[in-house]
Amino acid sequence: MQSSGDGETDLPSGPPGEAAGPLGEAAGPPGEGGRGTAAWDGNLLAGPLSEVFAVDVTTAVGRCRGCGARSAIATLRVHGPQPGLVGRCPGCDDVLLRIVRTPDAVWLDLGGLTSLRIPADG
Amino acid sequence: MARAAIPGGLSARRAWRPGRLLERRVESAGATTLILDVTDWPGHLPGQHVDVRLTAEDGYTATRSYSLAAPAEGDRVELTVQRVPDGEVSPFLCDDLLLGDAVELRGPVGGWFVWRPDQPGPVLLLAGGSGLVPLMAMVRARPADGPPFRLVYSVRQPDDLIYREELAAVAGTGGVDVRYVFTRRTSGDGAGSARRAGRLRAADLDGQGWGPADAPTCFVCGPTGFVEAAATILASAGHDAARIRTERFGPSG
Repeated sequence: MQSSGDGETDLPSGPPGEAAGPLGEAAGPPGEGGRGTAAWDGNLLAGPLSEVFAVDVTTAVGRCRGCGARSAIATLRVHGPQPGLVGRCPGCDDVLLRIVRTPDAVWLDLGGLTSLRIPADG
Repeated sequence: MARAAIPGGLSARRAWRPGRLLERRVESAGATTLILDVTDWPGHLPGQHVDVRLTAEDGYTATRSYSLAAPAEGDRVELTVQRVPDGEVSPFLCDDLLLGDAVELRGPVGGWFVWRPDQPGPVLLLAGGSGLVPLMAMVRARPADGPPFRLVYSVRQPDDLIYREELAAVAGTGGVDVRYVFTRRTSGDGAGSARRAGRLRAADLDGQGWGPADAPTCFVCGPTGFVEAAATILASAGHDAARIRTERFGPSG
């Protein structure tokens, strides 16, 4: 994922630019601005989240703070990768998570989730 | 069915490591398969993907995700890349990466859109365009005595088909049924479909053994518009939502 922003106190927000998304690459809705059908889904987050989590999080079920819906992270509607990846609730479209990579940090905002249930062997 | 444990381990999965191009195979005018050598590749499950990162001389990086096209075979990893016009990465991968040169890979990643060969039950695969790639990995991983598979593969026209000969061969063996949907133009050469051109519809999924009561696991992959339409057809037909897994490959053209 490309670096963006100035790494200050809040999630960096670089210029919108062309959302040359990963799979397939064709230009999609820019950054978080586009509210149309999201080009990607939470499967795309597997690689970036693997820098932070020890287990695969795309199979985890997250609960939306806005509408209470429980969704597998893999099913989130994802926009990006500029200025970062944003995962929205499949039910109400609220932002559940954001992840932005800068040269020296991974910025992760999980504020839209009230909980995350991660499958784990007993 | 969802499990967090997937091959690779902590350090293996986080690292970017080089994949050296061994061989390139043109699949169609728009798609090319790259066969890469990745030292100590940990193996992967059908449906998983990798992130590929290119770094320019000035340090600029571009990362894209590509599905693993074939089962794990030692250090040998296959990706099928669809060339996107004016793309930053795919034209380079399809046309310019030289044999022996390396790209950086991260993976395998993805535990959701995965078929585990020990899973019971029939498997229904709905592919839109290059969304076929992870589903082909599943087809290629299916053992000869495995559960029934049905692949419904939608492309604009016959020239866009990939893995054409292989699909014809596998459809001739028992256990795998392949149907083609041409949305713009059929060829009339009998490439698997006598149906007129048009988008995927419920009738394309009809058939004994593939109804909701048969409880197939359904995997849908392709551009986001295709995935939405196909998933809606499955849900409307009564398939259990818990048995439908989707992967969106990008904006619908």
